[in-house]
Amino acid sequence: MVSVLARAGVWLAVLFLAVMASALAVDQGFAIHMGIVAIAAMTALWFTLRGADYDGIARGVLRFPDQGRYDDDPIRWGMIATVFWGMAGFLAGVFIAAQLTWPWLNLEPYLNFGRVRPLHTSAVIFAFGGNALIATSFYVVQRTCRARLAFPGLARFVFWGYQLFIVLAATGYLLGISEGKEYAEPEWYVDWWLTVVWVCYLAVFVGTIVRRSEPHIYVANWFYLAFIVTVAMLHVVNNLDLPVSLLGSKSYPLFAGVQGALVQWWYGHNAVGFFLTAGFLAMMYYFVPKQAERPVYSYRLSIIHFWSLIFLYIWAGPHHLHYTALPDWAQTLGMVFSIMLWMPSWGGMINGLMTLNGAWDKVRTDPIIRMMVMALAFYGMSTFEGPVMSIKSVNSLSHYTDWTIGHVHSGALGWNGMITFGAIYYLVPRLWGRERLYSLRMVNWHFWLATLGIVFYAASMWVAGITQGLMWREYGADGYLVNSFADSVAALHPMYALRAFGGALYLAGGVIMTVNVWATILGKLREEKPLRDAAYDPAADRPILAN
Amino acid sequence: MTFSLSTHSTYDMLRHLADSWGLLAMLVVFVVLIAWPFRPGHRAKNDAAATMIFKDENDG
Repeated sequence: MVSVLARAGVWLAVLFLAVMASALAVDQGFAIHMGIVAIAAMTALWFTLRGADYDGIARGVLRFPDQGRYDDDPIRWGMIATVFWGMAGFLAGVFIAAQLTWPWLNLEPYLNFGRVRPLHTSAVIFAFGGNALIATSFYVVQRTCRARLAFPGLARFVFWGYQLFIVLAATGYLLGISEGKEYAEPEWYVDWWLTVVWVCYLAVFVGTIVRRSEPHIYVANWFYLAFIVTVAMLHVVNNLDLPVSLLGSKSYPLFAGVQGALVQWWYGHNAVGFFLTAGFLAMMYYFVPKQAERPVYSYRLSIIHFWSLIFLYIWAGPHHLHYTALPDWAQTLGMVFSIMLWMPSWGGMINGLMTLNGAWDKVRTDPIIRMMVMALAFYGMSTFEGPVMSIKSVNSLSHYTDWTIGHVHSGALGWNGMITFGAIYYLVPRLWGRERLYSLRMVNWHFWLATLGIVFYAASMWVAGITQGLMWREYGADGYLVNSFADSVAALHPMYALRAFGGALYLAGGVIMTVNVWATILGKLREEKPLRDAAYDPAADRPILAN
Repeated sequence: MTFSLSTHSTYDMLRHLADSWGLLAMLVVFVVLIAWPFRPGHRAKNDAAATMIFKDENDG
């Protein structure tokens, strides 16, 4: 009873403070955000009071969840959140791709490109990817430690607290609240909230590892832990901002000038390295072997992969600042470390792909494995393309062009998207106790729509990027630039239309996944022909009669 | 290599630490971590670690 009262008291205090902050806010955006916080605190208060087992408390009997089962509730919520935010993020992406092609789609002020673009990037990276990472990490850490999740209440707080972070970030962008730091746009109070949630996440994850029954900590957990710890460090350093008012949404960074730029790209690149790479590699090291039913090709290689990524990735950020005010040696350092990263990345890709050694037929018969193999192929392709683009002479052509956008999306759609879809298809039937997915053939459709979408996306952006790069640097005989910026924009129009088409295909694949996951959760099984059957001809299955 | 509060020499000190002893220390730690799974008699442990994810095959 005391703990129920204490928790209810905390939520009541938060509710009270949020209402006060909303009333005294110095700008409208902050007032709206504190209103959202107040609604969240009220909801938490309601569920604390409603959910308490008063009968049990009165009789002095406390209900405990079954300790003989894994704690999967937050993982089930996480799967639904992953699919939901994924669809929101893909839709926002297709919308802004269409805005770039047909500018009249910029609906001022809330839905112009400048506001929806961070909504798209944050929705796909932090909402879709982040929920997938939190949910799968809770799943994998329990299974590989053979222990129940530590601090179950905190795990639920991590899930809901993270959703609140997403809602505050997304509504903030549309309201025009932004720090303007790429992939770290939310303002100071949202950053502080995320820090609290993230520390709780670390506590749940490490607490579960400490409680493990298995002596060895499986390598996937190393990658998850590196992701959690490094993201915490990156987030805190990159968001050392001073708010103008404690009741307002605006803040200014402590770092200025080139130091600020370097901190931002140290953050930005390692968000790619530790959020989008290490975290998703953790998924790869668990779900690929499980789906293939074979151990990872080389456990030693996985450890080399891990330490090389950790030691090299953190130095690669300066390659985002080639030919800027950043000291030349720092640019070269970033370039050299980026090129060295190619080796561990390909080591990891080979390790994942070779896990299928001796079971390659599964690529033909199992669309989930096919998705995972395509994810690894895109991991390999984008980690090859990245080092190439970090070379200064290549970067002088590619920087600030759509080539970068194409590169990011071959990694994001191909590697992060496909491995997440694979993990979702693996997890959903298991988490809801279903015999199998609603439909494997729909997975196949999703696979081909997504793959075709990426091909359209990456190919059109290569052409667009190199066109831009060449047009911007073209000098005439008189020593003047030949093209104006608007000339290059006009030249790219068909490429932008093709990119939007590719994004729409990817989104269509996502719609099919949503239907499939939804039907699986409802317990439906689609009557369909299996993907593969050994040949059988009943007419020929009889002896030949001699005559 | 004198440490002082003037920004130039702090920068200078850190800069030289980074490309001498700091670099060497990180390299040594890295090589030890990489070599660890290759130490003699570790093959069985690696195999056990790689297959431990299949122990829970019947769990939901």
